[in-house]
Amino acid sequence: MTKSRSAYSTPSKLGKLDTHIFVIWVDNEAGVLARVVGLFSGRGYNIESLAVAEIDHKKNLSRVTIVTTGTPQVIEQITLQLKKLVPVHKVANFKREDKKVIFKEMALLKIISNPVKIKKALNACKKYNPVILDQTKKSVVIQITALRREIDKMSQNLKPLGLVSASRTGAVAMTRGAEIFN
Amino acid sequence: MGNLYSGAEIVFKCLEDQKVEYLFGYPGGAVLPIYDELKNHPSIKHILVRHEQGAGHAAEGYARSSGKPGVVLVTSGPGATNVVTALTDAYMDSVPLVCISGQVPTHLIGTDAFQECDTTGITRPCTKHNWLVKDINDLPRIIHEAFEVATSGRPGPVLVDIPKDVQFAKAKYSKPKKEKKLNGKVLNRFNQKDIDQLINLMSKASKPVFYTGGGVINSGPKASELLRELVSLTGFPITSTLQGLGAYPGDDNQFLGMLGMHGTYEANNAMHDCDLLINIGARFDDRITGKIDEFSPKSKKVHIDIDPSSINKIVKVDLSIVGDVSEVIQSITKTLKKKNLNLEKSNKQKISNWWRLIQKWRTKESLNFVNSEKIIKPQHAVQRLYELTKNQDTYITTEVGQHQMWAAQHYKFNKPNRWMTSGGLGTMGYGLPAAVGVQVAHPKKLVIDIAGEASILMTMQEISTAVQYNLPIKIFILNNQYMGMVRQWQELLHEKNYSESYSAALPDFVKLAEAYGCVGIRAKSPNDLDEKIQEMIGVDRPVIFDCHVDQDENCFPMIPSGKPHNQMLLGPKDQKENKITGKGKALV
Repeated sequence: MTKSRSAYSTPSKLGKLDTHIFVIWVDNEAGVLARVVGLFSGRGYNIESLAVAEIDHKKNLSRVTIVTTGTPQVIEQITLQLKKLVPVHKVANFKREDKKVIFKEMALLKIISNPVKIKKALNACKKYNPVILDQTKKSVVIQITALRREIDKMSQNLKPLGLVSASRTGAVAMTRGAEIFN
Repeated sequence: MGNLYSGAEIVFKCLEDQKVEYLFGYPGGAVLPIYDELKNHPSIKHILVRHEQGAGHAAEGYARSSGKPGVVLVTSGPGATNVVTALTDAYMDSVPLVCISGQVPTHLIGTDAFQECDTTGITRPCTKHNWLVKDINDLPRIIHEAFEVATSGRPGPVLVDIPKDVQFAKAKYSKPKKEKKLNGKVLNRFNQKDIDQLINLMSKASKPVFYTGGGVINSGPKASELLRELVSLTGFPITSTLQGLGAYPGDDNQFLGMLGMHGTYEANNAMHDCDLLINIGARFDDRITGKIDEFSPKSKKVHIDIDPSSINKIVKVDLSIVGDVSEVIQSITKTLKKKNLNLEKSNKQKISNWWRLIQKWRTKESLNFVNSEKIIKPQHAVQRLYELTKNQDTYITTEVGQHQMWAAQHYKFNKPNRWMTSGGLGTMGYGLPAAVGVQVAHPKKLVIDIAGEASILMTMQEISTAVQYNLPIKIFILNNQYMGMVRQWQELLHEKNYSESYSAALPDFVKLAEAYGCVGIRAKSPNDLDEKIQEMIGVDRPVIFDCHVDQDENCFPMIPSGKPHNQMLLGPKDQKENKITGKGKALV
């Protein structure tokens, strides 16, 4: 047996990693995002994407959506630790595979190319609710909303058609039907 | 219209309404308006420390020995950064602290002004919550909320950063409101079903054990009384973490001693072999559990804790009860009595076998050591200290290292709030300032800091505070000239390469005591130890007691890292063969 030379125990086996989406309602005050994000970095949890904005000006509430991966134990810890933060009102979390929840990301894609290729690009985006925000003879800015992996794929596919710049948001989430997060 | 008060006045009005009696602090540019206001509030006494870390630890000692929050007042920049260690220490050990720090004026924030630092940024991960007060009108509400956050639920430190211009600005004052629980953070979430389930487990168990921690102490003296009642009602054995010592009488027969890395053989084996483990107010710390995969493998586990995030953090449990320890124990006892379940009698048959096994483990006498007539053994010194002080209500603080573990093993506590030690963070230099805080809270009681010579030098300057306020604390140094615990690990795990763990050029502690204006006593031989300890107790002034002890002594028993509870390393009596082959001894 190899002798441990540390005052700490050796790590035990990791469980299965799942991707979860956290929705967090917080007081919209100075430093609140740092508290939430600091909890993740300080405890070694990772953040895949982050979206935050005020949702209720009167009640001064913001809604944070964070995509993260972790073992079931880590996910439970994140939930409980978040709930302990003073400005946090409510925490919801669900698996990415959860069919009851919609989540979307938005991307702005700038394509500089000739009219033929631009047309091709617009066609390719058809499935993802494309909106043309700006268009010249040589360029176009397209807004699409889709899942992360769909946007990943689009960025790949649009490169040969002249994609020069992509700006993406983090995921936001909403329950389907009459249910709300609790 | 109500009267207008300055920010500095509001700070004191808040402190008065929060019934604060003592402030531990150090003045500086950015808190001068608050210090200027101090003279107008005679009910609040300021204890001037010598370093802001000392203020933090003193406030911790005050809080842990009195059950009231400790209040710290420091200036901006270095004042705030110096207190960070104490805040982190309080955060790890759940000690309620309210730290008020000065900040540069609002318009200079972010300009790298003189003595500016991002105090709320730096202290965010080591406080329960912190506030930067940018508007004077928020000040009363924030300070009252700060006290609420620090003392409710699982207690902890908070910090309020007040820019200098806000201290001068004027606003109306508002009294603390009976607040609704902060953002719906409910404390007691358990119901009768949980209690019934626990009692069901208890009545079925044949090898049960209570594992109690600092949560019992934090729940107030009543929790300790209730715990004693519960333990006697059930007849179950009980073990305690480092922080929980004193919640249950250390000399009671049902008490197995401390568990964990330097816990007793019987406590750790009971944890390993039990079939029901009832954790009350402890957090499965890594110094307790050893190897997680082999931690208490055969038991059903119950966890009672006020902090929901403690549950299932390290060890998956079968039943969790989230609530205040006293209220949970009260429900358990009430239900036991109502159902007329006298577990001690009904379970006697099953449990008596368990007790027989425990008795067998006890015969190992794992805390034993080979005493000497020539040289003072550190364990012997602690035992004598205990014997000579147990007749009075004594408060013990410690630094961190071997002496801390020997104190925990050999000093028996009978009451809660008598034992102040840095467990979670393991802060060397904690004990002396903590003793200052304890003595402030209990001026007439005997307060002893069981210390090591390396730790004590980290916050030595606070002896000056003790002298200034006539605080007759006793610094009992187990002086082995080594950072003993470091030396022990180097001996056991790093082939006796004693890298930088020997303190050459130590001061003469007796002369040092005299230089500070207190009393110095030195003991070198076991023969005059008792007499010298008596002399120390008899002095009504601060004392530094330089107790020269065996340099080679190691702290046993111990669980080597990465090992489960039932693979303990016992003391020299049990490993004589090892001792003979240990030829490296000559190197020491």
